[in-house]
Formats: sequence, structure tokens, C-alpha cells
Amino acid sequence: MTDRLRHFLKSPVLWPLAGIFLLLVANLVLKPGFLTITVLDGHLYGLPIDVLNRGAKTLILALGMTLVIATGGVDLSVGSVVAITGAVAAVLIGQGTDSLVLILGGAIAAGGLAGLINGLLVARLGVQPIVATLILMVAGRGVAQVLTDGQVLIIKHEAFGFLGNGFVLGLPFTIVCATLLYLAVHFALRRTAAGLFIEAVGDNPEASRFAGLATARIKILAYVACGLCAGLAGVMEAANIGAADAQRAGENMELDAIFAVVVGGTALTGGRFLLLGSFVGALLLQMLITTMYNLGVPPAVAPVPKALLILTVCLLQSDRTRRWLGGLFKKKAAA
Amino acid sequence: MKAMLQRRLPLLTTGAIFAALFIAAGLKYEGFFSSNVAVNLFTDNAVLGLTAIGMTLVIFAGGIDLSVGAVAGFTSIFVATLIEQHGVHPALAGAAALAIGGALGAGMGAIIHWFKQPAFLITLAGMFLMRGCAFWLNTESVGINHPLYARAADIYWEFGPVGVPLVAAILAVGLIIGGVIGHTTRFGRNLLALGGNEQSALLMGLPVGASKVGVYAFSGFCAAAAGLVGTLYTGSGNPSTGIGLELDAIAVVVIGGTVLTGGRGHMLGTVFGLLIFGTIQSVLLFDGRLSPWWARILVGVLLLAFILLQRGLVRAVGKGK
Repeated sequence: MTDRLRHFLKSPVLWPLAGIFLLLVANLVLKPGFLTITVLDGHLYGLPIDVLNRGAKTLILALGMTLVIATGGVDLSVGSVVAITGAVAAVLIGQGTDSLVLILGGAIAAGGLAGLINGLLVARLGVQPIVATLILMVAGRGVAQVLTDGQVLIIKHEAFGFLGNGFVLGLPFTIVCATLLYLAVHFALRRTAAGLFIEAVGDNPEASRFAGLATARIKILAYVACGLCAGLAGVMEAANIGAADAQRAGENMELDAIFAVVVGGTALTGGRFLLLGSFVGALLLQMLITTMYNLGVPPAVAPVPKALLILTVCLLQSDRTRRWLGGLFKKKAAA
Repeated sequence: MKAMLQRRLPLLTTGAIFAALFIAAGLKYEGFFSSNVAVNLFTDNAVLGLTAIGMTLVIFAGGIDLSVGAVAGFTSIFVATLIEQHGVHPALAGAAALAIGGALGAGMGAIIHWFKQPAFLITLAGMFLMRGCAFWLNTESVGINHPLYARAADIYWEFGPVGVPLVAAILAVGLIIGGVIGHTTRFGRNLLALGGNEQSALLMGLPVGASKVGVYAFSGFCAAAAGLVGTLYTGSGNPSTGIGLELDAIAVVVIGGTVLTGGRGHMLGTVFGLLIFGTIQSVLLFDGRLSPWWARILVGVLLLAFILLQRGLVRAVGKGK
């Protein structure tokens, strides 16, 4: 066995990849046409494209969430931030703002501001991350409701709609956007020391501070990045459905994002992150949901397989199970 | 004396805030100062209050339970479906629901303890599971037409000018039981010790595993009871009962001065937290000018204020040493 292969077999990405593979096989057996991709008007259509397209928002949220979790935190407010940014975009458009730059800038800046508040609470005031972000999670939906006056605001803006439903080179824009963002974050973190700093802060904030890292600033930046990602996802969501729904937009999205990150092998305790894992985790989640729909399971019941998936991953990754599995392999080798 | 005052300060503050809020509302809105408004605070928030009892104890132990809202929702539709579509007696259906809630909690506690998984994640899975199961049973709300429910709706105790309906009485009794469990039993003390420092609790020989499993089981039981009381209150079962309830429950507990990292808190604080939460909503109702979503923002702001107060106190106490 080569080192590379051995390394791969130990990688946490293996489990979610295996999960995606299993789901693919199941789908192919039940619906042989699953992998078919058709070209219509120069645009690609098909279930695999659909999985990527719908998974893009979760992926974008998961990117930001990965950074926050790597610092040893968690951001519960991203779902509410999605609702807020959607509302901001809708209000700006409703007031006759035509410039896409202004609309996007305003909406995504709202996300960044939300992240800044979270970051200040966590890093400057030392509030527990779950609690700090819980505040915005609770209050955020209220803010979004106040912005939209409790209505579902319909958005009519062609360029804005493109963000949610447009195509670039035959691919849905959301996929292109998510991929570019993934690459940008990957290079920003792994080709510079930023990723290392984040991991150091998550591993031992005290030690990193003594080593001369601006611990608080790094944490704040992680939350701001997470808020900006949530802002982008919120804009996409609003553009996709062509409306801002303060009540329902982004509902449970924070959970999906955390889920994708944890399934991808980033531990909730922080100190280590795997961007690729979050990517694969988000895909696995969307694959699971699409498979459910494909099999005719009603959307409302879809949380059940999600729950089973979380439990499976948690149990598989726990020390107890690993020791037990390790023992099993040793016995085999001895026999 | 000073130390004790400091220890009780969050509780005292919460009580004072509630009193101030209630009196201010009473002075501003005519008819607010009636016993009915006070009792309604209990009746209208019975579902939230019952889940908050279990949540308080879970937070004592340094944990968190995100599944409570979904358990309440599942119980609600489970009981309604059994009674209406399968002819099961309400008492039997209710008992089954309470057993399911308790068993789910115990199972989550067991995974959290023996597989050393974050409570946050496991109870999140529990939340998905129960919410999915609730919609599996039925996607629509089901009205319950059973003589026992009709009779329960008429139960009313009169204490002088105050009329207490069954739902409010159940909440009051639940809060008292919760307080007794949390503050006078060995189990309750074990939870606080566990929340204070799990390692020390283990070294002291406290039954850490059993306490953890027990407290999540209790929380699941409370959540199921909340769902049950919800069916009494509305006379129907609905699978979307309790969406977001877990967060309101956590907010109520924290506003009540219980520290989210565990080890410190008081059930009486949860009572005040609940009353503050209820008063804000009644005020919005009385006023009629402010939109109901302002309640969410207000709760968020209060939450922030209390957490900052807690931080300040912890620091002040730390410096005093």
C-alpha cells in the first residue's frame, strides 16, 4: 500500500465520500436515469447538476462555518442572517435601487455586520459562542420581520434574479459562484499562514496569544467571514425564489451548515479544519435530500434520514467505536 | 453575606426586572393589573414553561438540549393521531408519549456520555429525528374530540378572585417539582457539581454517567409533557408545535440567571425568566401598536443584557478573591 493511499484511507473525507457513493448506487438501482445530464438551450440539466445547484448555498454557509468552528466556536445565527440579508436586498430593490453593486453590497455588508457583532461578543467580551450567536439567532428573525414589515416581499430585478437562477457557460451561476468562493477561501487559508493561525487559536487561544498572535482579531475575522458567507447565501436564496421571506428563509440552515462541517471531519472542539471535508459534507447532505425526494419521501420527513446520518457519523468518529474497530482488525491480523 | 448576595445577584436582578416590567406595564395599560393577566402568563406559556424546567436542569449539568421543541411537536401529533384515528384512550396515549420522550432523552444522554459526543450535536440529531417523525405521522393539524379533553377544558380552580385553569396549574406544579428536584435532591446537587467541573465530579465519585442520562431523560419527559399540555390548551395536535421552542426555552433559562456553562443557577430564576418573557408578549398584545416580532428583538436584547451581567459578575467575583 502506498503512503498516499494509506493517508487517504485514514482521511475523514473517506466516510462522507463513501456515503455519497452509496447514495449514488442506491439511486442508480432505483432510478437508472439518475446520472443523465441533458443539454437544453446550451444549459446543463439533470439531477447531478441539481444536487450541486441546491447544495451551493449550504456549501457557502459551510465554508464560513468551518472557519468559526476551527477557532473553537460555532455560529448559530447564519440562518437568521440569511433572512436578514434577503430582507435588506428586497427592501433596497423595493425602494428603487437599481445598481446591483449597491444591492449586493448593502445586503452582504449586513451579513458582515452581523458577523462582526458575533465576533465582538465572543472575542472581546468572552461570551460562549453558542450563547453569543444565539442572541442574533433569536433577535435576527425579528429584525428581518421588522425590515419586511412581516410581509413576503416579492423581488423584481432581472440582474439580481440572475444570481439565483442564471447560467454561466452552461452551468448554474450558483455552482460557479460556490466553486470560486471555495477556491478563494482554500488559497487564502492554505497558501498563507491564515489557516495555521486559525487552527492555533482554536487549539489553544492562550498559547497562541503568548506566541504573539492577535487571538481576538483572528476570531473576529472568522465570524465576519462567516457572516459575509451567510450574506452571500442569503442573497442567493432571495434571488432564487424571487422573494424575501423573513419567517422561512434560512430556516434550519445553520444546522445544515454545522452538519456539513462536522460530517466533513472538522471537530466541533476546534483547532483543526478540513475545507474539502465541508465541501464533501455539504454535497452528501444535498445528495441525501435529493435522494429522498427522488424516492418520493415527503420533504417534511427528510429530517429523519438527516438525523440518522448525523448519529452514524458521530458514532463512527467516536473514540469508543474506533477502539472497538481497531481491536477487531488486530484480532483479524493475529488470526 | 456579601458573597451570598453576589451569588444571588442574577436571581435578584431577574426578579427586580420582572417586577419593574410588570408594574410599568400595569401603570401604562389599563386593565393590566388584574389577576387574570397574571394567571394568563402561566396559561399562555405553559408549553414553554414545561420545556424550560427540563432545560434548566440540563443547563445546570453544563449540557444543552435542542430536541425539546421537536419532542413537544411529536407528542402533540402522536397523541392526537392515536386518540382520533386509532381510538386509543387519551390517558394511555399520553403515558406512551411521556415514555417516548423520556426514552429518547435517555438514549441521547447515553450517546453523549459513553461516546463522548457534543450534546449540541446529538440533541440536534434528536431534533431532526422527532420533527421528521412528527410529520411522518401527520402533516396536518388534528382536532381532538374526546369527552376527557372536553372535561379537562372545563377544570377550573377558584382561589378568591383568581381562577386557575388546569393548564396553568400543571405548569405551577411542574415548576415546583422541578425546583425540588434541582435544589433539594442528591440528583440535583450532582447535576450542579457535574456542570461545575465534570472531572472533579468524577473524582469525587459522583455518578456522572447516570446523572447525565437521567437529566436528558427528564428533559425529554418535560418536553413530552409540554406537548401534551399543548394539546390540552389548543384542543388539537399539530406536528409543527414547538418550532423554535428550544431557543425560547434556553433564552428563558438564561434570562433567569442560570449560567450556560453549567454549575450555577436557580429554578426560581427560570420562573422569573418565563414571567418576563410572558410579560413582554402581553405588553405587545395590550399595546397593539408594536408588531409581535419586536418581542423577538426584545428577548434577544434582554438575553444579551443578562449574559453581559453574568460576565461582569463572574469577573467581579474573580477579582475579589
